[in-house]
Amino acid sequence: MTDVWSFIFGRLGWDALPFWDAIKDPTTFNIINGVIAGGAAGLVLLGALATVVWITWAGKWRYLWTEWLTSPDHKKIGIMFIVIAMVMLSRALIEAVFMRAQQAVGLDGGFLSPDHFGEFFTTHGTIMIFFMAMPFLTGMINYVMPLQIGARDLSFPIMNQISLGLTAAGAAIVMISLVLAPFSTGGWSGYPPYTELAYSPDAGVDYWIWAVTLSTLSSTLSGINFAVTIYKKRAPGMKLFRMPLFTWTALCTAILMIFGMPPLTVVTALLALDRYLDFHMFTSDLGGNMMNYVNLFWAFGHPEVYILILLPFGIYSEVFATFSGKRLYGYTSLVIATMCIAVLSFTVWLHHFFTMGQSASINAAFGIATMLIGIPTGVKVYDWMLTMYRGRIRISVPMIYAIGFIMLFVLGGLTGIILATPSVDYQVHNSLFLIAHFHNMLIPGTLFGMLSATNFWFPKAFGFRLEERWGRRAAYAWIIGFMLAFFPLYALGVMGMPRRSLTFFEPAYLPWTIAAGVGAIVILFAMLFLLIQLWVSVRDRHSNNMFAGDPWDGRSLEWATSSPPPEYNFPVIPEIHSRDAYMAEKEQGKAYQVPDEFPDIEMPSNSAMGVIIAVTGTAMAFGLTWYMWWLVILSGVVTLVAVIARGFARKTTRTISGDEVRRTHLAWLEHIRRTTPVDRSKEQTSENRGLPVPPVEGAVQ
Amino acid sequence: MTSTTTHRPADQARSPVRHPGLNLGPSHQESEDVREEMVFGFWVFMMSDVIIFGLLFATYVVMLGGTAGGPGPSDLFEMKSAFIETMILLVSSFTFGMASLALKYRTDRKVLVIWLVVTLLLGLGFLFFELKDFHTMFGKGGVPSRSGFISAFFSLVPLHGLHVTGACIWLIAILGQIAVYGVDSFVKTALLRLAILWHFLDIIWIGIFSLVYLGGLS
Repeated sequence: MTDVWSFIFGRLGWDALPFWDAIKDPTTFNIINGVIAGGAAGLVLLGALATVVWITWAGKWRYLWTEWLTSPDHKKIGIMFIVIAMVMLSRALIEAVFMRAQQAVGLDGGFLSPDHFGEFFTTHGTIMIFFMAMPFLTGMINYVMPLQIGARDLSFPIMNQISLGLTAAGAAIVMISLVLAPFSTGGWSGYPPYTELAYSPDAGVDYWIWAVTLSTLSSTLSGINFAVTIYKKRAPGMKLFRMPLFTWTALCTAILMIFGMPPLTVVTALLALDRYLDFHMFTSDLGGNMMNYVNLFWAFGHPEVYILILLPFGIYSEVFATFSGKRLYGYTSLVIATMCIAVLSFTVWLHHFFTMGQSASINAAFGIATMLIGIPTGVKVYDWMLTMYRGRIRISVPMIYAIGFIMLFVLGGLTGIILATPSVDYQVHNSLFLIAHFHNMLIPGTLFGMLSATNFWFPKAFGFRLEERWGRRAAYAWIIGFMLAFFPLYALGVMGMPRRSLTFFEPAYLPWTIAAGVGAIVILFAMLFLLIQLWVSVRDRHSNNMFAGDPWDGRSLEWATSSPPPEYNFPVIPEIHSRDAYMAEKEQGKAYQVPDEFPDIEMPSNSAMGVIIAVTGTAMAFGLTWYMWWLVILSGVVTLVAVIARGFARKTTRTISGDEVRRTHLAWLEHIRRTTPVDRSKEQTSENRGLPVPPVEGAVQ
Repeated sequence: MTSTTTHRPADQARSPVRHPGLNLGPSHQESEDVREEMVFGFWVFMMSDVIIFGLLFATYVVMLGGTAGGPGPSDLFEMKSAFIETMILLVSSFTFGMASLALKYRTDRKVLVIWLVVTLLLGLGFLFFELKDFHTMFGKGGVPSRSGFISAFFSLVPLHGLHVTGACIWLIAILGQIAVYGVDSFVKTALLRLAILWHFLDIIWIGIFSLVYLGGLS
């Protein structure tokens, strides 16, 4: 009997239930931790169940399957990426609040067990990087980039589905680990030898390895897809130096993904070999060398930082130009700065471990290389400020995030320069100063960028604006909450408090940890305001409708389509004659033209590949984690068969008739004819129906 | 072996080379249109893959000293079988080259299929000799659990073998497609990409032969 059990379930047993300790040994302490973990597991199950019941109740399974899950449309895949990101953001944010709460009462104790706290900081980091930031920015590029370059889709739509499937599988694995615990306690960077089998024998690290591996493969494929699309699918006349800056940063991000993700693939694979096949790559005995892990990990880790930040730079460039009603200042210098950062990002990985024993001159070289990155970044900040200079600035929600970003990001950059000095780094490394620094880069940089982009492009994707009042409240709560939660950590770091501390015995820390805890609660409210904003916007979608498609007097090509755009994006591929292509059309009165003829359009047809990969990816990772070998083999075989069968598919496209395209396009133009244009002073009122007053003598009205 | 197509290299001078490597040329117009993006995308994928091998090569070199008192390169490697594997793989690259030429210049598919089958057999032969090699190494106590050095060897060389396995499966799948659909544009672009992978694996193997085997036995 036990043989059958262990064949089917591997090493999965009752002790994987998150409240098992509380049942076995019901002390108050264990019960508190059991309730928290069990509550989280219950939330996951309840959430999944509620979603299934709701879809069934609404009778939407077929719609979900044909219109979303099997759709190769880059716009829908982009939206699905962002939905994953939002769900995962909610979870990781709640975890952050728990960690802040623990440290706020952590003087001589606290309420979390060490393992539980370890899982919190590991999942928080892993999710925020791999399952919040990465899907968010991948989704944004997916949605916006093809529209900006005048393409109908990405180069490889089915591979795009597979990218989504892999990310979904990784996210599913992290979610499953809440129900069938534990997750790794080794931090998001998973350093051996602690993560080796000898010290972490349970399933946690294996969950981490496979979740991260799935995400890495997804990002590599996305990177290839984006780069090829940008190089090969630009509309005629869209020269590289006419591309909007968002697309430029998308290109640099894609290149970083192509070259920056392989080191992580290598390092998680090698760690898996150590754990599964008794290799000795990073063990502390028999010739293993954990420094190889650290080098390889950060050879990924540092380019990753710029994967996370370059795209927001592009987003802010669009936002500043649009809401200042001006051409972007210093376009060429921004492009060059972006490229410089992309190249330099491969030359600084060693600054993540200045203290690990290399010689002083090596540290000095990497310290200098790190400081060099400040130069192109500084160029960008000046360019953005000069874009606003003498512009007609409208303080809209995307702009609030952007201005908050400039202030806070410069501050975070300066603390980065401090950390780049090896001698100073020896004092503050592994302290909360570091935590404050990188949150100071990633929250105002990446997260504000993504939220700014969400407010900016939401009307494009869904055809109605997001509500402004709750948007502002959310933006200010994010900014204030961030400052409250992370500025105290600088002080704590300088006072010597180590990162990842469960508890501490120095009373002087307490006021700061409490302040940071209050900040975390403010951020929690910011998240709540975001959800309210979404709710209110959906409720008022008719009064905020903007089918006409151009709510902000946009400059680049994506605004030249209806909102939401038709599946094929453009009835005919546009010809590009300058930068800010759509603004130029409006200035010359050439926007909203009827093409001479409407040829048939060939689009990729639906495919179940993405769903298959999502299912087999999840199953394989789950089987590997719990040693359920039959499941591993089964999902491997199914994947192989599916991929080979896909090679035999011959009918991979379908045709949309020119008549249908003509009808759709003319209906949109008719809608525009009936829409009253508004000037920018009414942009945030319900009079804004997505049609701006055309510019007069090049000036935004 | 009949009807060869008529155009000569001079014709290609007029149609610009649009991607690195063998271009099919104007007589394959329907494949011409889709293949450029596909082949370019595959080159980009190869660039990503070469990073993986590069890092594993670097790790291997760093781990050379980590024998932990166990067997080292000269105890484990045999020049003879490594040389045989190298020759088999180099010849398979040549036969794939012949297949590519047949794809470009011949309209009958028999020659193409023959060269592809020969390539496949050589690929499988390489895998046979490589597995035999590993078996010998295991017999001499060269198992990855013995030392960091042997672990590094087994993280690098079998990965190349896995790639060859994948390439062989892909080749079988393409032969299946030829059997069902003939040499259509899907098959043509697939062969162009597989060719890139096949020659790429050859280059990686030359790296392995030089660095691991020649370097280890010198």
